[in-house]
Order: sequence, then C-alpha cells, then structure tokens
Amino acid sequence: MSIEIEGVGKKFGSFVALDNINLSIPTGQLTALLGPSGGGKSTLLRIIAGLETADEGRVVIEGVDATKLPPQRRNVGFVFQHYAAFKHMTVAKNVAFGLEIRKRPKEEIRERVAELLALVHLTQFADRLPSQLSGGQRQRMALARALAVEPTVLLLDEPFGALDAQVRKELRQWLRRLHDEVHVTTVFVTHDQEEALEVADDVVVISNGVVEQVGTPEEVYDRPANPFVMKFLGPTTSFNGDIVRPHDIDVYGLAVAGGIRATVTGLQRVGNEVRLTASANEGEETTVQLIRSHIDQIGASVGDEVWLRLAPGAPRIEPSKAG
Amino acid sequence: MGNSRASKHILRWIAIVYVAFLVAWPVGLVFWNTFGDGLEPVIETFTDPLVIKSLRLTAVATFWSVLLNTLFGVTMSILLVRYRFPGKKLLNALVDLPLSVSPIVVGLSIVLVYSTTGGVFGVPLSQAGIQVLFSTPAIVLATTFVALPLIIREVVPVLHEVGTEQEQAARSLGANSWQTFWRITIPSIKWGLTYGIVLCLARSIGEFGAVKVVSGNLIGQTQTATLMVEQLYFDFDQEKAFAIASLLALISIITIIVVGLLRSRAEVKDPK
Repeated sequence: MSIEIEGVGKKFGSFVALDNINLSIPTGQLTALLGPSGGGKSTLLRIIAGLETADEGRVVIEGVDATKLPPQRRNVGFVFQHYAAFKHMTVAKNVAFGLEIRKRPKEEIRERVAELLALVHLTQFADRLPSQLSGGQRQRMALARALAVEPTVLLLDEPFGALDAQVRKELRQWLRRLHDEVHVTTVFVTHDQEEALEVADDVVVISNGVVEQVGTPEEVYDRPANPFVMKFLGPTTSFNGDIVRPHDIDVYGLAVAGGIRATVTGLQRVGNEVRLTASANEGEETTVQLIRSHIDQIGASVGDEVWLRLAPGAPRIEPSKAG
Repeated sequence: MGNSRASKHILRWIAIVYVAFLVAWPVGLVFWNTFGDGLEPVIETFTDPLVIKSLRLTAVATFWSVLLNTLFGVTMSILLVRYRFPGKKLLNALVDLPLSVSPIVVGLSIVLVYSTTGGVFGVPLSQAGIQVLFSTPAIVLATTFVALPLIIREVVPVLHEVGTEQEQAARSLGANSWQTFWRITIPSIKWGLTYGIVLCLARSIGEFGAVKVVSGNLIGQTQTATLMVEQLYFDFDQEKAFAIASLLALISIITIIVVGLLRSRAEVKDPK
C-alpha cells in the first residue's frame, strides 16, 4: 500500500473537517477522492502533502511515517486547482524548479525538462511565461512541474475545476492516458462524479469529514453503501419505497410479473431522452428515464396506466439505511 | 454623451492646473533660481566642505534607513499577511503611526528615550560611553522611524494578491523556507518592494522635522542636507540653499522616473 491514512482527524475551530479517517491508497493506481464541496476531501489531500497538519492520526507514504515531515521532505507532487504557476518564470523554468532545488547537473535538468514538456505537449511553449498560456496549458505545465521530481505520489486538488467544460473533458482523458504511461500513484480530488467514474481506478467517497465508501467505479455505482453515495453518484428517484436510479426502471404497457401499476403524470422529452413521471400506490412519484423509441413502442401518454418494474440486479436502497 | 465628455475635459484641466500650481510650478522655480545666476554659484556650493559633509550625513542616514526598513519591512509584511497572532490588529495600527504623527513628535519621543539625563536607554548608553542624541545614531533612528510604514504599505497588498499557492507549490517541490523566500516570495513582490524602497529613499532624504529635534543641528557635524538648506536660507545665502534644494528634488524625480521606466518594462514583459 502506497499511502496509509490512520485515524486522521482535523478541525478548523469547531468545524470538523475530517473525523477519524482510515484509508489505504494502493500503489500505482489512480484514485479519486470524490465528494461535495466542504466535505473534507481537499483537506485530506493537503494533509497527505503536508500542506496542512492533522490534529490526530498518522500518514504513512511508502512505508515512511510522514506525519511530522514538512512538505519538501515528503517527495509528493502537488497540482493546485488554480495552477500555482510561478508567474515570474518561463514554462521551462517552472518545470525545472524542483530539479534546480535538488541541485541536479544542468545537462540532466535540460534533458529532463525537454522530455517532460514533450510529455505534456508544451515543447513549443518552453520560453513563454505562464500568463501567455491558456488554463489547460498552465495545468499541463503544473503537472509536468510536479512530475519532474519523480514524486512517490502525485496529488491533484480539483485539477480541472477552473477549466471550461470542453477542456475539462479533454484533459481528464489525457490524465488517464498519462497515468497509464507514467504509473505514478495518483490521488485526485473532485466533486464531479462523472470525472471520478470515468478516470479513476478507485473511488473514495468522502462527505462531512467521513469516508462513505471505497471501491472501483463499478462498485460504488452499482453497489452504493448508503443513500448518500447512491444520490451523490447520479440522479435518483423513489420507487416502491426504495431509492433507485431512474434509468433502472423498466416501463410496460401491460401488466407484468413483479410490476407495479402506476399512472403517467408527466412526459418530458430532452433530445433522444424521455423523462416519465408516474404515480403509483400511496401517491409515490417515480421518475423514469428511457429513450424515445421505447416510449413510442409502449405508446404511453399522460393519464395512461403503465407497469413499472426495477431492472434485475439494479441497485436499490432503503432511505432509512444509515449513511 | 457630449455632456460627460465635456465634463471629462473640465475635470482633466482642473487636475492639471491644480497640480501645476501646487507642485510643478513652485518646484520648477527652485530649479530656476538655482541656475538663475549661471553655474558658478552651483559649483561653489557643491565644493563647500560643509555642504559636502551635510550631504554625506544625509546619505548615511538614508542608507541605514533604507536598509533597516527593507529588512524590517519585508519581515513585518510577511508576518502581517501570512500569520495570525494575538495583537495583530494593534501591530497593524502601530505600523501606520509614523505616517500620522508629526515628525516633531517623533523627534521629541526619541529625545525622551535617549536623553542622557533621564532617558530609559539614554542613561545606561551614555554610561557605556555611547552617545546617541546629537549624533549620527539619533539621526538614523529618526529617519528610519518616519519612513517605517512606506515599504510595508507597498508590500502588504502585493503579498495578499499573490496568495500562498506559489509558495506551497515550491514547498511541495522540495524547496525549504529560505529557498521559497528567495526564489518565489521575493520575485513576486519585487515591484511592490522596489516602489516601497524608492518611497522610503525619497522620504529619508527629505526628512527634516524629526532629525532637527534629535540632531542638535550642529553645523558641520550633525547637520543633514535638509537642515543645511534651512540654515542657509535663514542666513540669506539663498543661492546655496536653492542649489542643495534642487539636488534633493532632482534625486527624488530621478528615482521616480527610474521606477516608472522599470515598471513599464516589466509590464511589457508580463502583461498580467
């Protein structure tokens, strides 16, 4: 295990940011810390980096107790949401910074910087200042700078949070490919469940200072541990008293075994997608998401009777289940 | 919007006329009077050993004031921006005190502390054979005191603006606090710092009131350039007074121009 977090707690005044966190982050994996803003995930990342100190507990990085080590002795690479580019240095100088601090030979630094700039596709921008780069380019520079010192772990704090949607998508796929090439243990913080599910090998869901669930993207999505995780990872609806996903409900025009009879109360089309709302027993409103051709097949419209059934194997959770 | 355009013109002219009458014209007259009788009196002034002595004393006081205020100012700014501690607000207010208190009061307060008859520091120091009042140390003290807030007030907003992320990034890349300070903090505040140093320099050269109180104004010994100007003026030696005054004004103007040039060059290099 690359990073071991044992009983870590942190308070800011009376606000509990982290409460007794225990977590193992495996070597060579890309792990996402996923959760809502203010849930403690960034604080945990900063504690791993040594930019914040834990009130209690231990942080062990590759077998070394790092709890008391200052950030510069932890050998971690850190990438900030707002890039933290050294504004007075060129792109090449930014990337070279860690190596110059380590007093590596000039020739070696030059080669390594060239190599890294090629890796992040910034070779032709080597002599520019950060202010002359776009947001996405600045973040790639920051990534190259963090990788330059060959860190044991690479930590990214909402790395794509300040970028617009298109660049965000490109860059996260690029991060995945980069990780497949470089294989450095990587932990990134995000509040975007799509980003976490798409990019990460493992997802750690954190909320209100506690770990809600740890697992692969499939595990947390298909077998959410509690209502919070279920709701956080995507839209949910109420069906037969349980929390389920709107696209996991099948709709039938005729009675089916195990189906629940309901009346269609609304149909809303968004592109090729249709959102059907139906009320079943005891006035429960259920939202179903299905594709247009399917609804055409059934031929249902508002006021019609339909039968709803949860798809086999689909996750469902009782709302009362402790979260 | 012809109306707002007209009012913009009027405002601009009011500003120009105001500054011209209040600042440019009187200062210009000083230069005019200096060279009114040709170069000879100017040369005579600056070869006068007493004048040279006073200029040297001003240079010494300015050197120490700029050095001490730079070291202290940068440390203090970092303390005020980056750390939280009890009494910070009080400290912040105290730093501004030299700006709001008359230099005469500054001078008198230094006299009270360092007086050889009853001053808390003055008595033991004089017993140890160290004379502070009516000598260079007191002049340095007074000059440093009045110029104290200038660098801090320039550096603090810049430190606020650059934030701590670059410093944290440097730390995570292996830099210790000293390396972070020199390679990241100082370069990011360099323009604010330069401007502060120039203001401090100009203020120190021009300091008059506090120095007058603590120096004793002994001709050829503890008389700085500004004190000399006053003395010469009251002694009806106006040519010399104007010549020195011109030099003092010239130094200030040159420093401001130099900073202006450096600043605009830096802005061309880095449009942000």
